[in-house]
Amino acid sequence: MSDTTAAAPVLELRDVSKSFGPVVALRSGSLRVDAGSIHALIGENGAGKSTLVKVVAGVHRRDSGTFDLGGESVDFSSTAESKQAGVAVIYQEPTLFPDLSVTENIFMGRQPLARGRRIDRPAMTAEAERLFSRLGVRIDPRRPAAGLSIADQQIIEIAKAISLDARLLVMDEPTAALSGVEVDRLFAVARSLRDEGRALVFISHRFDEVFALADTVTVMRDGSYIDTRRIEETSPSELVSLMVGRDVDDLFPKVPAEIGAPVLEVRGLTKAGVFHDIDLVVRAGEIVGLAGLVGAGRSEVARAVFGVDSYDSGSVSLSGRDIKAHDPRSAIRAGMAFIPEDRRKQGLVIDSSVSRNVAGVIRRSIAKAGLITASMENRAAGPWAGRLEVKTNALDMNAATMSGGNQQKVVIAKWLATDPQLLIIDEPTRGIDVGTKAEVHRLLSELAGQGLAILMISSELPEVLGMADRVLVLCEGRLTAELDRADATPEAVMHAATHHLETTA
Amino acid sequence: MSATREAAPTRTYADYSAPLWQRLLLTRETAVIVLTAAVIVYSMANVPNFDGPLTLKFLLQDIAPILLIALPMTLVIITGEIDLSVASIMGLSSVLLGVLHESGMSIPAAAVLALFAGLVCGALNGFLIAYVGLPSLAVTIGTLALFRGIAVGLLGTTAITDFTEKWSDLATGTIGESRIPIVMIPFAVLTIAFVVLLHFSTFGRGVYDIGLNDEAAHFTGVDVARTKMVLFILSGVVSAFAGIYFTLRFGSARGDNATGYELQVIAAVLLGGVSIFGGRGRLHGVLAGVVLIGVISSALRLESVTVNVTNIIVGLLLVASVILPSVLAWASSRLPRKAAPAAPSEPHPHQNAASAGV
Repeated sequence: MSDTTAAAPVLELRDVSKSFGPVVALRSGSLRVDAGSIHALIGENGAGKSTLVKVVAGVHRRDSGTFDLGGESVDFSSTAESKQAGVAVIYQEPTLFPDLSVTENIFMGRQPLARGRRIDRPAMTAEAERLFSRLGVRIDPRRPAAGLSIADQQIIEIAKAISLDARLLVMDEPTAALSGVEVDRLFAVARSLRDEGRALVFISHRFDEVFALADTVTVMRDGSYIDTRRIEETSPSELVSLMVGRDVDDLFPKVPAEIGAPVLEVRGLTKAGVFHDIDLVVRAGEIVGLAGLVGAGRSEVARAVFGVDSYDSGSVSLSGRDIKAHDPRSAIRAGMAFIPEDRRKQGLVIDSSVSRNVAGVIRRSIAKAGLITASMENRAAGPWAGRLEVKTNALDMNAATMSGGNQQKVVIAKWLATDPQLLIIDEPTRGIDVGTKAEVHRLLSELAGQGLAILMISSELPEVLGMADRVLVLCEGRLTAELDRADATPEAVMHAATHHLETTA
Repeated sequence: MSATREAAPTRTYADYSAPLWQRLLLTRETAVIVLTAAVIVYSMANVPNFDGPLTLKFLLQDIAPILLIALPMTLVIITGEIDLSVASIMGLSSVLLGVLHESGMSIPAAAVLALFAGLVCGALNGFLIAYVGLPSLAVTIGTLALFRGIAVGLLGTTAITDFTEKWSDLATGTIGESRIPIVMIPFAVLTIAFVVLLHFSTFGRGVYDIGLNDEAAHFTGVDVARTKMVLFILSGVVSAFAGIYFTLRFGSARGDNATGYELQVIAAVLLGGVSIFGGRGRLHGVLAGVVLIGVISSALRLESVTVNVTNIIVGLLLVASVILPSVLAWASSRLPRKAAPAAPSEPHPHQNAASAGV
């Protein structure tokens, strides 16, 4: 299948759409990838990249549009079908069988057989060694997959894809968890695959990588195809404007708020191997953005400040009151609210009702002598759900049935009900549709205007730059920059977020 | 969004998505209660002597220990844990009562010490599970053997049978002229206390939150460890109380008293609609579950059916009650429904079975 003619592209998607119930995940996705090309696919979170990839991988079936592979129209209903057709998808964190050897992982489900239907181990190992030498990497094919780095696990996925003779490789944010050296090795492998005539789709949030690796780039926004450019004919700033596609002020309606006295003061917070010597102050009315790469320790700092995780040394105080370490109740009593990254696992008791969730933190104060009834909870929860315009029929509806945006509103309602002085919000708009996103941003801005101190963690650079009065950048567990709103440019933030890596690499 | 911390609500909601009768009647608990009532009516009509004067008394005396222990066990299982050591704690408290009484202590004083021993046993379970973080299944299998071993070790294979008649009469007596055993009074008090604790207190809300999602409960400020500790201590104390009752009723303190009761308690709790995975269940369903098992055993005994057959029937009932919700969920998922925004399942990169044989 490597004899695909240059005329027909390996992959061509046109106007593909996909909805989940009322949520439109992909409005009109188009992508055309040629053989022997590395094609970058970029866009903000929620732009529809992952949904598009899942359609190609056969995880989702498209609702409409055309999907051609090597010039032939295809319609996958399972990942097995897409694999058979020569499509391989490598995810950010591959899931190998940890107890099986590297070789067994590569040949899982299609082991070569010797006489008598025995598995031909020598042949398998030899083939794995041949694959690794072709990729120019050194991994012992006999070792178990457990304990391999994420980079090595990805290489094993790639080796598997090559052994299947995949003509299209999709890599969904493969570098997010890799170090500098590992990224270089992955890129070398990707280039050699390109030179063999395979087509690669590379999803990344990092422009430097897109420009270093890809030859073509397609931009998506709000579930739609925006544009495709040759890499030498475009620039990072052009791509940003294509990705955002509108005035940043419009999406991030930050109104200047009067900044008051310090509310949260963190001094020398350290947890060995996770974060070191973190000093930070958040003042009343101020939104402080905490930026950094995935794995830089941002969420870990937030969790330690709130007390759901422990820390080794340092201190946390709220409005001058010391907060006990590793005790979320102490933080809640002092007026701290924490909206965690993972709504379904941490933010909500997902199988519980709206009213029990909204009244979840304040139930001690609405209870009379420790006694509480459902009607007391409903009376307390109803107004808060109303203020946030949670879309639900009744307060006893299960939170699991709601959309991500509505779930996030329930979490916000639950914490605003505690009348906090400080709100820590981790990835405020992850997995939320664009309309609700703007609502959340407007709400945060309004809350700050009323004097709430907000510490916001976000992986979306435009969100950090659009919302924060001040940006703190974390790199490998250390604060590497503190930037005022005026100085916080994407370049400055990204430089600080990767600076430590460069000096240690 | 006009949401601000002070603005008036822009939207109001109905409290419930279903009318009251549906919420009351279309529940698992109601099904168990109806089934129990049906079995009682059938037995009254068809089983000889089931409506006799002594049946009710013996039935209630038989199921009293199960009823008592089912109360804390319900809360423990709703948090997603389990306590298998309850019957061994009964045995230990029984032996302690006997040994202490034999050495000259009065029954009330010996009973207080036996209750305290139950507290210590429960605290040991609770400490290992809540603070050390060990799985309750493993811990309580261990303490099941440990407490039983101590009990048998203290008394050997002998039995202590010389209890003061006054106290034995209390355990076997009825309230006034009625057929209700006296033990139903402390049971009623404990039932009210546990219903309030589980269904009408902030502590009880935490119990459900832990069972549904202990991580989210922790993030919401529920003291997960302390809640579990309290529940295991309650389980230990109530089990010790049941052991004291059991000893006085039969007038016999033995190391192997109440062996196997933990399975009857757990069977009744699950039959009553409590999810073994935690987070779901209500006390009235559990009490109906205990009564259902008790009535079936009692009726079959009056029919002179052997205990083995009774066990088979109770076992089948339990398996059916665990399977039934899954079957109903499967059936309702087969019905055509409005498309819901289900969370798309994560693709598994290794599910390439269909490409086998390449």
